Amino acid sequence: MTTSTPEPRRKRLRFSLSHERLKGLFWQIVVVGIAIAVVAWLWSNAVHNLSVRRISTGFAFLGREAGMPIADAWLDYSPKNTYLRAFLVGVVNTLRVAVIGIVLATVLGTMIGIARLSSNWLLSRLAAVYVEVLRDLPLLLQLLFWYVLMQGLPAARAAWMPIDGVYLSNRGLVLPSIPIEEGNLWVVGIAAIGLIALYALRRRLVARQLLDGRPRRLWPYALGLVAGLPALASWGLGVSWTIAMPELRGFNFVGGLTLSPEYFALLVALVTYTSAFIAEIVRSGIQAVHRGQWDAAMALGLRRSFVLQHIVMPQALRVIIPPMTSQFLNLTKNSSLAVAVGYQDIVSIANTTLNQTGQAIEAIALIMMVFLTISLGISLFMNWYNARIALVER
Amino acid sequence: MTSVTDAPENPLPFGRSRSRRSGSGRAIRWLRANLFASIPSTVISLLLIFLLAKAIVSLVQWGFWNAIWSVPDNQTGACRAIRGLGACWAVIPEKYRFILFGTYPFDQQRRPALATLTFIALFFVSSRRSWWRKELVLVWVAALVAIGLLMWGGIGLPYVSQDRWGGLPVTLILATFGLAFGFPLGIVVALGRRSKLPAIRSICVLYVELIRGVPLISLLFMASVMFPLFMPDGVNIDKLLRAQIAFVLFAGAYLAEVIRGGLQAVPRGQHEAADAIGLSYWQKNGLIILPQAIRHVIPPLVNTFIAFFKDTSLVLIIGIFDLLTTAKTAIIDPAWQSFSVEVYLFVGLIYFAFCFAMSRYSRRLEALAGPT
Repeated sequence: MTTSTPEPRRKRLRFSLSHERLKGLFWQIVVVGIAIAVVAWLWSNAVHNLSVRRISTGFAFLGREAGMPIADAWLDYSPKNTYLRAFLVGVVNTLRVAVIGIVLATVLGTMIGIARLSSNWLLSRLAAVYVEVLRDLPLLLQLLFWYVLMQGLPAARAAWMPIDGVYLSNRGLVLPSIPIEEGNLWVVGIAAIGLIALYALRRRLVARQLLDGRPRRLWPYALGLVAGLPALASWGLGVSWTIAMPELRGFNFVGGLTLSPEYFALLVALVTYTSAFIAEIVRSGIQAVHRGQWDAAMALGLRRSFVLQHIVMPQALRVIIPPMTSQFLNLTKNSSLAVAVGYQDIVSIANTTLNQTGQAIEAIALIMMVFLTISLGISLFMNWYNARIALVER
Repeated sequence: MTSVTDAPENPLPFGRSRSRRSGSGRAIRWLRANLFASIPSTVISLLLIFLLAKAIVSLVQWGFWNAIWSVPDNQTGACRAIRGLGACWAVIPEKYRFILFGTYPFDQQRRPALATLTFIALFFVSSRRSWWRKELVLVWVAALVAIGLLMWGGIGLPYVSQDRWGGLPVTLILATFGLAFGFPLGIVVALGRRSKLPAIRSICVLYVELIRGVPLISLLFMASVMFPLFMPDGVNIDKLLRAQIAFVLFAGAYLAEVIRGGLQAVPRGQHEAADAIGLSYWQKNGLIILPQAIRHVIPPLVNTFIAFFKDTSLVLIIGIFDLLTTAKTAIIDPAWQSFSVEVYLFVGLIYFAFCFAMSRYSRRLEALAGPT
């Protein structure tokens, strides 16, 4: 009697456990089944529609002649090139806006975020107004607004010249530039090696300072490695670093670096819009640092700017980096608004391709692939950086 | 040097005795503390005052002093003569009906105006904390039905097809319906992402990451060019509805992430207690977990709403007549072509009013939730 009672109870227990599992399995099969059925249905419709419209699927069209002009290309490109080449130009154009935009937006946003915390009332109020206005207007509206302003600028002949050699006209922004040839690239490479060497040296010096507590000078090495070495290399290789000033000839500028009005409007819109969000992130990050940290540092007699740079910012960064990553991703995705002002980024070129060839699925798949790759790249980099600055717990 | 101790009370050498309690003395002390506390601060203040004064003077000159407020029918010569020196506000009274309501039949435009007011009333009602009850869902259903009736017609009103809708009501429709349907979708996906069942979890992760990984424009392109390819023969869904579907999917993915954050903030004990009293999965989440989770994330939810409201303007690129598109179209008219800045400022003011109200609201909620 005593041994037979636990028998059915255990059985029931096992049954109820497997019942729970069965239920889970059942729901998973139902959901996956529905998902597969929907996708299959959409796919069969697509196959049917494509065969009716005589559109062949696949990426073979990438090898065909594109025949689309691209005004603002950094790679060599002519309409006789293939679609693949056009897509590459588009990717480079997207990256050109995104990377420069991220750098400028971070700098501007950090400055405004710090300005919002300034003890100067006027400065902090103006920063708050800047943030509030820019955050509460659609980016596309701001972009169109900047573009209209760019178009309203005087013609090249009457261009504004805020600084010598910098011209702002309805042809865009023209800057002085340094013509880059092979020799220049070598020197830049040497400077990069110098920078890496300097970084390694700094780590060693800091490690030695930790051992005996004596501070060591870094700046002579810095001067030698980052400035002296490239200068020596330029002299040795006979590379010239003359600055080419833009000149007005006829109706347009010759020489210098020209940023087209479309590119410039897009860059300004993206940078100002994103900087407002970054400013808020920086502000809340700094405020998240405990007041005691400020007080302790001030009590040691450190200067405000030193405290901000060496005590508060490193701690604030831990709060700042994760939301900052999503702002960088947003900026990259928002760069696709380029299509509204006719700057030919990847989305704009894919859209033209789609209209020319009817390869809708492939074109949109390419857009998605490019953006998912860029997003993944930014996420990986920021996660690596986040892990580096994270608090090392004992 | 003798007055070191009372220096804060007598910051300036004049008006020593009388200014101690008077308003001007306080103002001067305030100025000294907040604008001229140190030499760098003084330099910054003076520079900012100079720049601000210059900007305000030129803005007033452009916007009021030299501005032209009306012109006799489409004679914009006077406006063009002062281009760059003064604003031509005459474009607003000329075009505001088109900007606000698009190509909706002119004599019927009271209807979209009423629909817009209904929307605003609906937002206002929903923002009241004391009115967050189950009946609110009924209010929403009733309001949305009423808006549908007003826009399409019926009960005596002549029918107006969606192709002719435009302007502010379209922006509000895209945003409101996108959120109304995206919100339940977001809840389901957020729950699915935290489910113990691997297949359901991975489908939800795939959906959220795919939508969030690509720009909204590519989703809208998909809705406008790819969607018809995926439909069987004969099924032809209206462009506005296709964009609306894209917006629902988009909103669902972003809201799901916000709600998931709230779900993570609900302590484990709540789950265990609900399980212990034998609630089913849906009872547990619907009655115990979700109400707490959503309460946690109301401020970020409102921020998502703001972002979403602004993002509806992207339909410009696929040619749907929302507020921004009507504004851009209004200035195609050759007579008014060069006055886009004025029109964009006007439209910007409308967008700003909505977003600013929402962001103020979110900040108030945050302040309320702060101390607890």
